[in-house]
Amino acid sequence: MADKILKKLNIKVWRQNRASEKGKFETYTIENISQGSSFLEMMDILNNELIEKGVDPIAFDHDCREGICGTCSLFINGRPHGPDTEVTTCQLHMRKFNEGETITVEPWRARAFPVIKDLIVDRSAFEKILQAGGFISVNTGGVPDGNAISIAYEDAEESMDAAACIGCGACVAACKNSSAMLFVSAKVSHLAKLPQGRVEAKKRARNMVAKMDELGFGGCTNTGACEAECPKSISILNIARMNREYLVARFSE
Amino acid sequence: MSNFLTSSIGRKFLMSITGLFLVMFIAVHLLVNLLLIFDDSGELFNNGAHFMATNPLVKIMEPLLGLGFMIHIIWSFFLEYQNWSARPVKFNQRKPAGSSSWASRNMLVLGSLVLVFLIIHIINFFWVMRFNPHTMGTVNIGGVEMEDAYTLVSDLFKGSLLYCIFYIIGGILLGFHLSHGFWSAFQTLGLSNKNWLKRLQFLSTVYAVIISVGFTVIPLYFLIKF
Ligand code: HEM
Ligand code: SF4
Ligand code: FES
Repeated sequence: MADKILKKLNIKVWRQNRASEKGKFETYTIENISQGSSFLEMMDILNNELIEKGVDPIAFDHDCREGICGTCSLFINGRPHGPDTEVTTCQLHMRKFNEGETITVEPWRARAFPVIKDLIVDRSAFEKILQAGGFISVNTGGVPDGNAISIAYEDAEESMDAAACIGCGACVAACKNSSAMLFVSAKVSHLAKLPQGRVEAKKRARNMVAKMDELGFGGCTNTGACEAECPKSISILNIARMNREYLVARFSE
Repeated sequence: MSNFLTSSIGRKFLMSITGLFLVMFIAVHLLVNLLLIFDDSGELFNNGAHFMATNPLVKIMEPLLGLGFMIHIIWSFFLEYQNWSARPVKFNQRKPAGSSSWASRNMLVLGSLVLVFLIIHIINFFWVMRFNPHTMGTVNIGGVEMEDAYTLVSDLFKGSLLYCIFYIIGGILLGFHLSHGFWSAFQTLGLSNKNWLKRLQFLSTVYAVIISVGFTVIPLYFLIKF
């Protein structure tokens, strides 16, 4: 069956030239968009039209376009990654929108994610958190035997579930407090659940939380919005685990 | 340990510890108050109130309770201010309804309204019983002379529809605050896991309903019966 064509859409999008400049919303009209196209394809078509009209195209982040890199980051119609669940913006389809609709597109808003241009924000804060503890220090040497360290099935599963986080930042955007707890807890958990990661578990939780606070993210009030909007369905149980790791680390100082 | 209490999780730690302390207090408070509706002569409640006023353990807990309230309230404003300032430019459009509960997003509003209730509630009863007991009548129950707290409370409800409604609203607001607060406190302390998260959320609702219904039933009883 051929996809339906959306004859007309209004795209209300945030335009901001550079970090230091004040931005504002601009509304563009776009015609004849197939519901089978992805949201980013629609943005590409819009940008082509803008270029032809001599208007500066809308800057937005994207890379893999298959939901694995975590670069695409749009706040669409009041929700991170738009009106669908368990998808990134690049996996969002135009069939989620209706004829004649006005679609509002904003960048992530958080003190720790300043806007660089239009819809692109600086997410290096996440990298800084990872640098503070999201690693395992190992002595390089011979390759160990794969079966030498046995890991319980449950632990491996929970670790892999947490490792599914792609660092997109939707959790921060979804949170009323701009808290990065879901991201940080996913990173703390996927290592803490494995024997290799246990060695530095206390230090890791302490350092990553300290870095997260220093960068200006808010605190968690357990609203659960992050989990609901996370494209990888990272569970807030990771936050409970991180709280536990952190409290144990601090109380055993 | 230096900066623990100013770290994000440390701040939440204080909120949850004080919150759980208040949760226990409220349960005891409700149990004693329910004596109001099981004996219209007031003997039962007066005995309960007298016991609470003279029990040494309660005497020790009283200043702790005051401290718990103070920390919980002051910290909540501090914490919410920091969370609020983590997003200097707000979103133009936001649809949070599908992803989180209303109570969880409005803990400060609910808490502040509970605070307003609390102040008036203290003026109504606690202040009189604690600092102006001579303005109350006395009763003699089983040879023991004690303040007539029952008359103080029942007169307020019997005499004023407005106060009844005010106390009913107070109970409901507290219920909403606790429907999120109860399980949130355990989550903050890291005391939830795959099995317990759902159970805690369920218990949270049950606890909130019991507290809410319990406290609203008292003014309703006086409103309907007298
Ligand atoms: C009197 C004024 C009160 C104010 C202003 C207040 C404010 C707050 C706020 C803003 C929060 C949210 C913090 C967060 O989610 O991180 C909170 C959480 C909480 N409150 Fe209150 N509250 C008050 C009274 C009470 C009372 C009377 C109780 C119990 C009977 C209570 C129990 C709790 C609990 C258990 C939490 C959850 C703590 C956590 O999330 O870890 N609060 N309160
Ligand atoms: S936890 Fe989910 S929403 Fe947050 S960064 Fe990771 S994948 Fe994105
Ligand atoms: S572009 Fe890579 S996840 Fe969307």
